[in-house]
Amino acid sequence: MINFERFVLSNGLRLLVHTDKSTPMAVVNVLYDVGAKDENPDKTGFAHLFEHLMFGGSKNIPVYDEPLQLAGGENNAFTTNDFTNYYCQLPAENLETAFWLESDRMLSLAFSKKRLDVQRKVVCEEFKENYINKPYGDVWHKLRELAYSTHPYRWMTIGKELKHVEEATLEDVKIFFHKFYNPLNAILVVAGNVEAGQVKLLAEKWFGPIPSGEKYMRQLPEEPPQLAPRTLEVKADVPLDALYKCWHIYPRLDDRYYVADLITDVLGSGASSRFFNVLVKEKKLFSNIECYHLGSTDAGILVIDGKLVKGVSMKLAEEAVEEEIQKFMKQGVEMKELEKVKNKTESAMVFEDMSLTSKASSMAIYELLGDASLINTELEKYKAVTPDAIARVSKEIFNKNNCCTLYYLSNN
Amino acid sequence: MNRKEAPPITEAVNFTLNLKPYETLTLDNGLKVYTVNEGTQDIIQVEIVFSAGNWLEATNGIAAATNFLLKNGTTHKTAFEINEAFEYYGAFCSRHCYNETSTLSLHALTKYLDRLLPVMQELVCDSVFPAHELELYKQNSIQKLQVNLRNAEFVAGRLIDGYVYGEKHPYGVYTMPETLEHLNEEEIKAFYTNHYLNGEAVLFVSGKLPGNIFELLNRNFGSLSLRPATFQYPHREVNPAKEKKYRIENDPSSVQGAIRLARPFPSRHHPDFKKVMLLNGLFGGFFGSRLMANIREHKGYTYGIYSYIQNHLQQSAWLISTEAGKEVCEATIREVYKEMQLLTQKPVKKDELQLVKNYMMGTILGDLNGPFQIMSRWKNIILNRLDERYFYDSVKAIKETQAEELMELAQKYLRPEEFYELIVY
Repeated sequence: MINFERFVLSNGLRLLVHTDKSTPMAVVNVLYDVGAKDENPDKTGFAHLFEHLMFGGSKNIPVYDEPLQLAGGENNAFTTNDFTNYYCQLPAENLETAFWLESDRMLSLAFSKKRLDVQRKVVCEEFKENYINKPYGDVWHKLRELAYSTHPYRWMTIGKELKHVEEATLEDVKIFFHKFYNPLNAILVVAGNVEAGQVKLLAEKWFGPIPSGEKYMRQLPEEPPQLAPRTLEVKADVPLDALYKCWHIYPRLDDRYYVADLITDVLGSGASSRFFNVLVKEKKLFSNIECYHLGSTDAGILVIDGKLVKGVSMKLAEEAVEEEIQKFMKQGVEMKELEKVKNKTESAMVFEDMSLTSKASSMAIYELLGDASLINTELEKYKAVTPDAIARVSKEIFNKNNCCTLYYLSNN
Repeated sequence: MNRKEAPPITEAVNFTLNLKPYETLTLDNGLKVYTVNEGTQDIIQVEIVFSAGNWLEATNGIAAATNFLLKNGTTHKTAFEINEAFEYYGAFCSRHCYNETSTLSLHALTKYLDRLLPVMQELVCDSVFPAHELELYKQNSIQKLQVNLRNAEFVAGRLIDGYVYGEKHPYGVYTMPETLEHLNEEEIKAFYTNHYLNGEAVLFVSGKLPGNIFELLNRNFGSLSLRPATFQYPHREVNPAKEKKYRIENDPSSVQGAIRLARPFPSRHHPDFKKVMLLNGLFGGFFGSRLMANIREHKGYTYGIYSYIQNHLQQSAWLISTEAGKEVCEATIREVYKEMQLLTQKPVKKDELQLVKNYMMGTILGDLNGPFQIMSRWKNIILNRLDERYFYDSVKAIKETQAEELMELAQKYLRPEEFYELIVY
């Protein structure tokens, strides 16, 4: 159980405070309700590039990192398709330093041309390191484009292509900042060795004077239901053939989301999962195969991701996967299996809550979804999943018209 | 309120840091258990460290294969049943093979501990290494290796170790597909008998411990024929490469190079080690370091660049590691050397030194958060045959080391001509 207090400042900024006296540290987490899905299709990768620029100094503070490091703190940030999250952890007695830094960059960035020039290069190197210069590095570009015809989950947070990042201008940066970076569009979480009263005063002092800005009203094109199977074949310079299949699932708050999550665990997570035991160990068709989903806010995808044993035909491998899915739909889940994946979910949650930064960001994410107290009720939703629900939802998901398949073939 | 002015801070360098002491238990067979009972969550970590790393193998690949296959079959359980036994309770049982040591560890909710320890015991004293599991291990690890060998970062990491220690030394040796192809069942079983069944071990247990922890551990591990760890390893000669500079093309279509620079460096027992940790922080140890500021934040050559000292028990190396655009790799290396020279020529300014010191102190404070992290510090100290003085002296070194001392250490160690230099494209 994670206890917290919730406040809303007069400018609309939402504030959550979680006290944990077992640590000498404090975490200040600021989540902005903007992700890659809010980008213009011709300027993708921008939310993430922007995250880099947030460390380039703000209106009154020339550099972000140094004062924080001087206060014994460290920080980082990440951008997803749904949101952008910044956090810093520092000794609790220096908490105010984080308020000073975070509030100034919410107030206004420095908009430095030099910073933009350098960070465009840095992000291009990040792009190359993770998505070009690695075997199978472009899989997610291909798979997203195949699965989404309309919704902006079509592109990755790093961007569709290097060119989009290379062509970002300072004008784009300013427009983006004013549209998304304001108190109405942000959630502030403070966790650790702090008192709610003290945090509220600090928040009013540093964030209170920032103008509300305009609330961003998100209007994203909805992904139409997929009516026929889609396939794509790619040949690349990789040592092994790989098979990717995905199916559209549900938005984060849909009851069926929890069912789908458990289905992925039963099928393909861990060494006691069905896929691993039948396809890797018994039939020896794959050297590795997993099933997972992307955990996105809007309707996401459930993915099967496997590398074939050298010499095995793609047709044979795919048929074996289909057979396992058919078997699962026909026979359903065993009670023991369902217990297992529920226990796994419970312990994963407990382990996650060990880290203060992870607790703080989870609270912010749940608040973004509509209610931070979901953090305490999630487990019940998983525990309530019945074998019947699994049977019903798996029939819905594993419909052949709902499926996309990517054959990623070795050309040597 | 003046937003241009930073709020007052407590200098982290003035903090008093305390490493919560461990307690010890001794099982009936003499096995020593280090425990840290702490934490807000009802979870526990039980780690058995064996003297069974690749330092002790006669044939490359045997130690790693034995460690991996510990979970793949006992007299009474198949690999599936073993995995299910842990996963049913939401527990994670993992194993890792290092140079001198290997581990078998359990992460679980404390309430299930009594049901999980017997399975862990079974792995230690009753593993059978079925032939079909070995065949599958060979096939799948060869395939995984083949994928990794296409990755410049992976290739560079192996090669640089080979240059520093020699390809025959346990720290420098690397696995080829042929090595895996030739893994021998009898040799694995013999390694298991010598280094697990009748080997040396030590236990580390942390988290919220149940009241009967001694009884539980003793019942499961106290009558095994394991012996207490002596941490003694036979001497193995290093054989560093003669040639210092390497440029390797791994993939003609690459758009980046994986850069590694390395020089030999003594172990944690050397008097310079703790102060050099501070110098390393300044040079390339964190986001605010000289290397990061120049090569990422000023020039944009890379997504990230770090320097670090390898965590080896007997001797070590000082490394610089980055991935940079193909066309700026050589320029990156020149800049790294420039930064080395700068540290040898000018003492670091007061403000910059203060910042690094505060940052490092803050990081240690944050790191001592929670039972697993506290135990991980202790484990490192104990496996290195050090004691709590090492922790307190390290903190003292951060607090007290002066700019001139750091410059002298830079002059002693940051000599470009003593570094191996590798780019894998």
